[in-house]
Amino acid sequence: MWLEQVLFFLAGVGALAGALGVVMLRNPFYSVLALVAHLIALAVLFLLLRAEFLAAAQVVVYAGAVMVLYVFVVAYIGGTDEPLRPEGGAIGALGPLIAGALGVELVIAVVGSSLSLLDTPGRGGAGFGSPASIGQLLLTKFLVAFEAASFLLLVAAVGAVVLARRRRGLEDPGAMPSGAPEGAHS
Amino acid sequence: MDASWFVVLSAFIFCVGIAGVLTRRNPLVVLLCLELMLNAGNLALVAFARAHGNHDGQVFALIVMVIAACEVVIGLGIIVAMYRRRLPIDVDEMSELRG
Repeated sequence: MWLEQVLFFLAGVGALAGALGVVMLRNPFYSVLALVAHLIALAVLFLLLRAEFLAAAQVVVYAGAVMVLYVFVVAYIGGTDEPLRPEGGAIGALGPLIAGALGVELVIAVVGSSLSLLDTPGRGGAGFGSPASIGQLLLTKFLVAFEAASFLLLVAAVGAVVLARRRRGLEDPGAMPSGAPEGAHS
Repeated sequence: MDASWFVVLSAFIFCVGIAGVLTRRNPLVVLLCLELMLNAGNLALVAFARAHGNHDGQVFALIVMVIAACEVVIGLGIIVAMYRRRLPIDVDEMSELRG
């Protein structure tokens, strides 16, 4: 089973490096690319955990669709280099300290836990994590959550159109072409 | 592999996300770091689903992905609205909740 461990460490280092890249790169465009690498490494970890459907959804929906949305907005706004930690400030200095303290605390909590479940390699036979079993659960046990999620997506789509449309009277009239249909740009 | 390896890795990723949210000032990067934190939660959910041997955690992770997509769409909409009004793209400057 050493292959599984090698794969875990490769994907784990990739995921951590991607996460650090998101935080530490100056240009937002490179941050988005680092997040794509992080998501793909995470999909490998999901495959190791026998979550095949989830890994596929992660690559297609997350690393594909959502990241394309990010790239569009970064290109629209114009990704400019910016200083990582401008002019100090209490939060800027305390933030990494707080995060490091929380990390140490979480690791102590996990490693020192007497939860016997944490030391099991996992159960589940053939077909674990297949799309059929996930779909069956979504349409029986978690039907309400499934419908609520679809309604939430609809509300989010309408909200994005309302938020990002052109408003009259808020920006200077010279910048807006007259007679542009409202809501045409979303 | 024990489940604790995956949970410790997810704790590390979560902390990197928290550090990013606390220190970065560009709202785009803050949204990316929120994604990191949600993904760390997803990894822990899937690890526990594997340890338990049932699929409930994986369905939870799927719902979390839907919620992350909604959050991204609304956040990017707000950023585009800020850009249209020529406001500074900086979370420290945007300190008033006034429309």
